[in-house]
Amino acid sequence: MPSNPINPSKPLTPVSPADRRSDVSRPLEELHPNERLKHRSRFLRGTIIESLADPLTGAIAESDTQLTKFFGIYQQDHRDLRDERRRAKLEPRYQFMVRLRLPGGVLQPKQWLALDALARENADGTLRLTSRQTFQFHGVRKRRLKRHVRGIIEAGLDTLAACGDDNRNVIATANPLLSPIHAEASALARRLSEHLAPRTGAYREIFLDAPPVAGDPEEEPLYGRTYLPRKFKIALTIPPQNDVDVYAHDLGFVAIVESGRIAGYDVLVGGGMGMTHKIPATFPRLGDVVGFCRPEDVIAVAEHTMCIQRDYGDRKDRSHARFKYTIEDRGTDWFRGELAGRLGTALEPARPFHLDSSGDRVGWAQGTDGRWHYTVFVENGRVTDIGERRLMTGLRAIAAGHHGLICITTNQNVIIAGIDPEERPVVEARLREYGIENDARCTGLRQTSIACVALPTCGLAMAEAERYLPTLLDKLDEIVRAVGLEREPISIRMSGCPNGCPRPYLAEIALVGKALGKYNLYLGASANGERMNALYRENIGEAQIIEALAPLLGRFAAERRAGEHFGDFVIRAGVVPPMLHGRDFQRDLAEAS
Amino acid sequence: MAPSLAAEVRALVSRLDRDQRLWLSGFLAGLESQTQPAPAPVSVPETGRPAVTVLFGSQTGNSERLAKQIADRLTERGVRFALLDMLQCNKSHLQDAQHLLLIVSTHGDGDPPERAVPLSELLAGRRAPRLEHVRYAVLALGDSSYEKYCEAGRQFDARLEALGAQRLHPREECDVDFEAPAARWIDAVVGKLEQSLGTTQPRLHVDPADRRTASVSNAYTRKNPFAAAVLANQHLTATGSTKDVRHIELALEGSNMHYEPGDSIGIVPRNCEQDVDALLERLPFAAESPVPADAHTTVPLRQALIERFEIGPVTRPFLKRYAEAIRSSELAMVAAASDEEISRFMRGRHVADVVAAHAPGGLEAHAFARLLPPLAPRLYSIASSQRSTPDEVHLTVSIVQYESFGRARRGVVSGTLADLTSEDAVLPIYLHRNPAFRLPADPQTPIVMIGPGTGVAPFRAFLAERAEAGAAGRNWLFFGDRSFEHDFLYQAEWLELRKRGLLTRMDVAFSRDQSSKVYVQHRMLEQGAELWRWIEDGAYVYVCGDAQHMAPDVHEALLKVVAEHGGLDEEGAAEHILGLQQQRRYQRDVY
Ligand code: SRM
Ligand SMILES: Cc1cc2nc3c(=O)[nH]c(=O)nc-3n(C[C@H](O)[C@H](O)[C@H](O)COP(=O)(O)OP(=O)(O)OC[C@H]3O[C@@H](n4cnc5c(N)ncnc54)[C@H](O)[C@@H]3O)c2cc1C
Ligand SMILES: Cc1cc2nc3c(=O)[nH]c(=O)nc-3n(C[C@H](O)[C@H](O)[C@H](O)COP(=O)(O)O)c2cc1C
Ligand code: SF4
Repeated sequence: MPSNPINPSKPLTPVSPADRRSDVSRPLEELHPNERLKHRSRFLRGTIIESLADPLTGAIAESDTQLTKFFGIYQQDHRDLRDERRRAKLEPRYQFMVRLRLPGGVLQPKQWLALDALARENADGTLRLTSRQTFQFHGVRKRRLKRHVRGIIEAGLDTLAACGDDNRNVIATANPLLSPIHAEASALARRLSEHLAPRTGAYREIFLDAPPVAGDPEEEPLYGRTYLPRKFKIALTIPPQNDVDVYAHDLGFVAIVESGRIAGYDVLVGGGMGMTHKIPATFPRLGDVVGFCRPEDVIAVAEHTMCIQRDYGDRKDRSHARFKYTIEDRGTDWFRGELAGRLGTALEPARPFHLDSSGDRVGWAQGTDGRWHYTVFVENGRVTDIGERRLMTGLRAIAAGHHGLICITTNQNVIIAGIDPEERPVVEARLREYGIENDARCTGLRQTSIACVALPTCGLAMAEAERYLPTLLDKLDEIVRAVGLEREPISIRMSGCPNGCPRPYLAEIALVGKALGKYNLYLGASANGERMNALYRENIGEAQIIEALAPLLGRFAAERRAGEHFGDFVIRAGVVPPMLHGRDFQRDLAEAS
Repeated sequence: MAPSLAAEVRALVSRLDRDQRLWLSGFLAGLESQTQPAPAPVSVPETGRPAVTVLFGSQTGNSERLAKQIADRLTERGVRFALLDMLQCNKSHLQDAQHLLLIVSTHGDGDPPERAVPLSELLAGRRAPRLEHVRYAVLALGDSSYEKYCEAGRQFDARLEALGAQRLHPREECDVDFEAPAARWIDAVVGKLEQSLGTTQPRLHVDPADRRTASVSNAYTRKNPFAAAVLANQHLTATGSTKDVRHIELALEGSNMHYEPGDSIGIVPRNCEQDVDALLERLPFAAESPVPADAHTTVPLRQALIERFEIGPVTRPFLKRYAEAIRSSELAMVAAASDEEISRFMRGRHVADVVAAHAPGGLEAHAFARLLPPLAPRLYSIASSQRSTPDEVHLTVSIVQYESFGRARRGVVSGTLADLTSEDAVLPIYLHRNPAFRLPADPQTPIVMIGPGTGVAPFRAFLAERAEAGAAGRNWLFFGDRSFEHDFLYQAEWLELRKRGLLTRMDVAFSRDQSSKVYVQHRMLEQGAELWRWIEDGAYVYVCGDAQHMAPDVHEALLKVVAEHGGLDEEGAAEHILGLQQQRRYQRDVY
């Protein structure tokens, strides 16, 4: 949904904590139209049932498109076909994206098989692993939507709150079978997700034909009628891993492991990625560490934090409605006080932690119990068969004979987790048979790459991402090979617009779409997700991208210090300044132009 | 309300155009909500011509917002204006415009916003109206970090100028911080408008209705057709369809042709030259052999085969004549076979195929030619209303193509249409009147339209006409085709009409979207009770399209509905339907 661009000349003035000018305390008429829509919707029912039954259109009513998001369903249209269909006087080729709620990214092999079958039956025949550790189906037509969602529910999974103004999929460092600590964090992700899930009966009425509740039905004890001002995202990480990019979310928890057990979690608030090009009042922001809490208090801390955002978040301007702006405007001291008031106790002082990388370690790993885990590199998360690499068929074959778990990572990869040592040769044979073994010749650059979906399904995309990054990498691979950096895991992320779905502002190299074939190039993030990058070149095409990167990679190969990452090198070399505050992210740029 | 008063109101309303009607409904709603009577006397203007037309082309809403700001300013000053999204702007809006303010952004790689594309194509194309009578100003939104800065605004500006419009105020180009320059531009333009509106006399307005009734002439015939320029030839079916259906727009400018919804257009055919040459190769005649054209003149055989004779699928009479002429007892037996046998024989068999197997031994060229059936014009239901598109006629044509006897075949006329590529193609056409297929005279009368496939064409005309006339009667359309996704002809338009409340109901049947075939007649039966209620309310029922299967099946379904819901036996139902036909409440145009 296009958000109202804020007036670019508006100064970034801090808001007094007492200011309630644009939050839930204001009369509905003053708030964003979406607030009224939610309020009127009878806890998200709207007219979805009628919309699904309308045979004249593949779309649902515009107001319903806002509501189905809360059920993980996005109306889209196939953008490659727009022009042809407009000329043919046909409506756009409407179709739906369906996203799962999958806390911690964990599922049973038989659930994988169910999803695989549903993708081929009702969707475009592929599965898409997302940067929030779950699945998306694309291309589901309206008349198949209900049976599709029903199929997901019958597999023991659901799509509730996978999109919408609510608590989104809770992500956690991948693979609960790796160690008891991973298992504990993963279980916590699941509990958080359950605790914060919407309670509306609309979901069962619409998709499972549960009998409708007459009148104005139940309550949402946590959310109320208008839910949250905007999406709310929680991430958990286990240092030194930072696969989840814990600084990039509304609420982050960093496990503090002391003498082999989780003593508690450091709490981070106010992270987020999205911005609008050239509107300096919008910016990506890293979370602030505000304290430490005990494991048994995590649920309460999360609930109260979400409710603080529910109560104070901006409900007038959706481009200013994320928690990161609430924190930026009011400050962390205010937040600590507000939270302490609600918790009845203050957070303890934060404890130190160390993060080393935001990437996945692909290939074989052994867990503390001796079982094996294989992380398959899935380029841009798209599970499909391409030529010799029969990923979809291969994973189906593996899942059919697998007794452990399957895990999705926040880098859009998949882990076949919990393989008994004697089973490992069988899995190895399958990986080889279907051509999905990780390619030893794959560059470190490609292996840490992520791209968002973008065209042709994402309605907000301004440029290609998933469909284009692999080709660009073919060219960049040549460069890194030529300078001997082929093993170097330099993180590169591409997004089709500045919303930041692949968390590009935390990549050592980021390409953020501006228009077809044109990207902004950002450099200088740290490899461990603790520092954002900065704008290096604006609105450039492929030739200029290569022209810009080739000499820098060459210099890096020649001049790097031992263990130095590319993102740190470009700062030491003065190529870009270090990006210290989100609010500066677009500011310099505005002054320059 | 007294009937006389009601009639007066209706007459008054029918004189208003859409915007005026919208205004009136708002006005009435306003009256309702006020406790006091209406403050100022309101005069309904004689014509619907706005003094200022504000057009916006917007993707993300900035231009739209600015356009609304202008509208507010004009409202404050009591200026009569029309505010239009470019997508809604058609030729007549431009022709009616006096002052045109355009606010448009640039997207993609220097492209106009999606909703502005049709207008920019209209202005760039051969159908663009002359705009000498227009004074205009352009506000262009863009972002200077793109290569083609404000390109769309520049293009619109240049096109308007090229079409003869006068600049009221220079174009302003606004970067991402557009608020301030836009406000300056608005101030300046509003100032100039005030000057201009203050001094200029209202120009004499030519109502489209006058233009049309000025001189009604339908002098064109199949012998003397009008050469209509092809303005558009677009696919209506999507890639992946099993069919190829086109939307054809033809220019009537200069023809004085006046049609009514329900009429058809005749297209004078020409056989494809390759087909004629392929036939000539199999004939023992020289291409130049003289063939009589009428009592006095002759034309060369090749030309006669192109222009005058049917050389496609053979018919039984031709087979009979030909068998006799070449004294083939074998062919004579075929020609005398049962209907079933002969239709199997004839299916896809062209004259060339017969000639290849049975050479025309002992015949002269002219004698052979005389055996061929004359090349008849093809008719196409008119899919437009002259009231809404005065200088155009639209057709909905399904391209005939199939393979037989190892050759790819195309229909004579539809094949020609499929192959039209040239920018300046013309088609020889004439008007074929069809007084037996007409909207009810009373605009209040409900109508039920059943038109699967290209049968839907006249109903597009019906609805356009009713929209234009402000007819209040309810409209129900049944449509069917093979696939929802590929073959839903004019889907976007139906949805728009439904949104505007003009299309009261629409039921669709897509035969190949599920394992069992579903057709319009099934939908009619499903909706039987409601359909009966409409008929009881005086609805007219129209059927158009396939005569072979659809029309009889639909007729059957109608009988069932009348019998079941009208409580009649078979005979009674048939009588009832006959009654409807006699009252002209059941009209068909099937082919
Ligand atoms: C699939 C996914 C990208 C991927 O390739 O993996 C994705 C895809 C979309 N995102 Fe996202 N986002 C995805 C992770 C993210 C992340 C990363 C994360 O959550 O860790 C972010 C940045 C973090 C953040 O929220 O700040 C992100 C920030 C956005 C935004 C900007 C939000 C903002 O407040 O700034 C939008 C646009 C919006 O909400 O208005 C957006 C909107 C979208 C939509 C739904 C487009 C839309 O609103 O119409 C995209 C659907 C495209 C498609 O066709 O599938 N997506 N999106 C990720 C799915 C996550 C999931 O499973 O839940
Ligand atoms: C009142 C009226 C209104 C009409 N309105 C429309 C309209 O709105 N839209 C429209 O598209 N048409 C309409 N038609 C039909 C139209 O007039 C033509 O008949 C049609 O377009 C075919 O003409 P053609 O010259 O392209 O094909 P022709 O050269 O006439 O070829 C058609 C013939 O090809 C043969 N044929 C077709 N398909 C096959 C096959 N698969 N296998 C073997 N043989 C085959 C059949 O013998 C068929 O008669 C209307 C007809 C009438 C009488
Ligand atoms: C995908 C995209 C492409 C754009 N391309 C151009 C361009 O080529 N030239 C230009 O001047 N502005 C370009 N712009 C900027 C818009 O014209 C500008 O944002 C304008 O204010 C949008 O107005 P609107 O909201 O009315 O559409 C582009 C914007 C987007 C989102
Ligand atoms: S980042 Fe990519 S997926 Fe996300 S909204 Fe932008 S184009 Fe769409």
